[in-house]
Amino acid sequence: MTRREFLRLMALSGFTLAAPADILKAEGVSKKAPKRWAMAVSVFACAKRDGCTSCINVCHRIHNVPDIPDPRREVKWIWTSPFEALFPEYPPYIQGLRGRQVLTMCNHCEDPPCVAVCPTKATFKRDGIVMMDYHRCIGCRYCMAACPYGARSFNWQDPRPFIKAVDPRYPTRAKGVVEKCNFCEERLVSGLPPACVEACGGDCLAFGDLSDEKSAVRRLLASRPALQRKAELGTKPKVFYLL
Amino acid sequence: MRDKILILAIIIAVLAGLAVPFFYSKIAGGTAPVLAPPPGGEKQCVEPVEYMRKHHVDLLIQWRDARVREGVLKYVASDGKGYTISLSSTCLGCHSNKADFCDRCHDQIPERPRCWDCHGRPEKGETAK
Repeated sequence: MTRREFLRLMALSGFTLAAPADILKAEGVSKKAPKRWAMAVSVFACAKRDGCTSCINVCHRIHNVPDIPDPRREVKWIWTSPFEALFPEYPPYIQGLRGRQVLTMCNHCEDPPCVAVCPTKATFKRDGIVMMDYHRCIGCRYCMAACPYGARSFNWQDPRPFIKAVDPRYPTRAKGVVEKCNFCEERLVSGLPPACVEACGGDCLAFGDLSDEKSAVRRLLASRPALQRKAELGTKPKVFYLL
Repeated sequence: MRDKILILAIIIAVLAGLAVPFFYSKIAGGTAPVLAPPPGGEKQCVEPVEYMRKHHVDLLIQWRDARVREGVLKYVASDGKGYTISLSSTCLGCHSNKADFCDRCHDQIPERPRCWDCHGRPEKGETAK
């Protein structure tokens, strides 16, 4: 066998090896693309409505999030923080945003560190949502240490006395578990948008599937510049901040 | 072997003591718990009564994992009927009398389910309908 023949043979066998993978890929495309839910927050629109808390109120009400005054024990799913606290790497050259309150929540990362560290798989990823199985949570708080966004809260005490009116359609949590935003998974399954997006009266929030080219989020991200919190960490956050 | 009778008596006493749990309920007159039927008069549970009596916890765990982890919303029973997977609206939708149903057994046995730490307690009006 000459060198030339040998190389030809190698190329051919390489092709036969690669071919089945291509066929598999083609099948994958024909199937429905996996959901990649994402949120877009219009920073200026939201900052303009200073003092508005309708999205936070509705989220915390329907998910039975307790209202605990002690900041060391507070539980929150969605909240606001000054721009420079959320984006410390962006110096205040982004005009007029310094000191402005910006909405934040769980980023439902594509590569979530909380899921990687959870020893019981209580937090896991399904349909593009980082979810919690409170039944499995042992309260070790590894996920809180791993989350670079502080999106998780721990129940240091029974949260029920701190819930004004328990909404029976959603469970509360118990003492000793971690909780966080779930992108309103219980609403998405019935085709409803997240409650915060629905409650927002100022077009500050958009929600949709990044896999769907026609989704509102995709259109907004294509038309405007957007930031992600701590994008340099490689977690691929799916909450975008439109400028 | 002077204490033969004494030793025998002690052995019998110890064995009898160990066997107490087997006939305690007959002596003390314990009663089998009577469960109240659903107040709404529903006759058909998700699965046959015999199965539910023995395996309700298996079904609950199956429902829990299906709904939370797999995102499955419907359960198809062995008779082909579909049910929405939900403790607070499907199970408690009929068995809204938790105190006269769940608690009747669970107050007597050392098995304390912790469902109600988080899920709606019907006696406090926390049933989703």
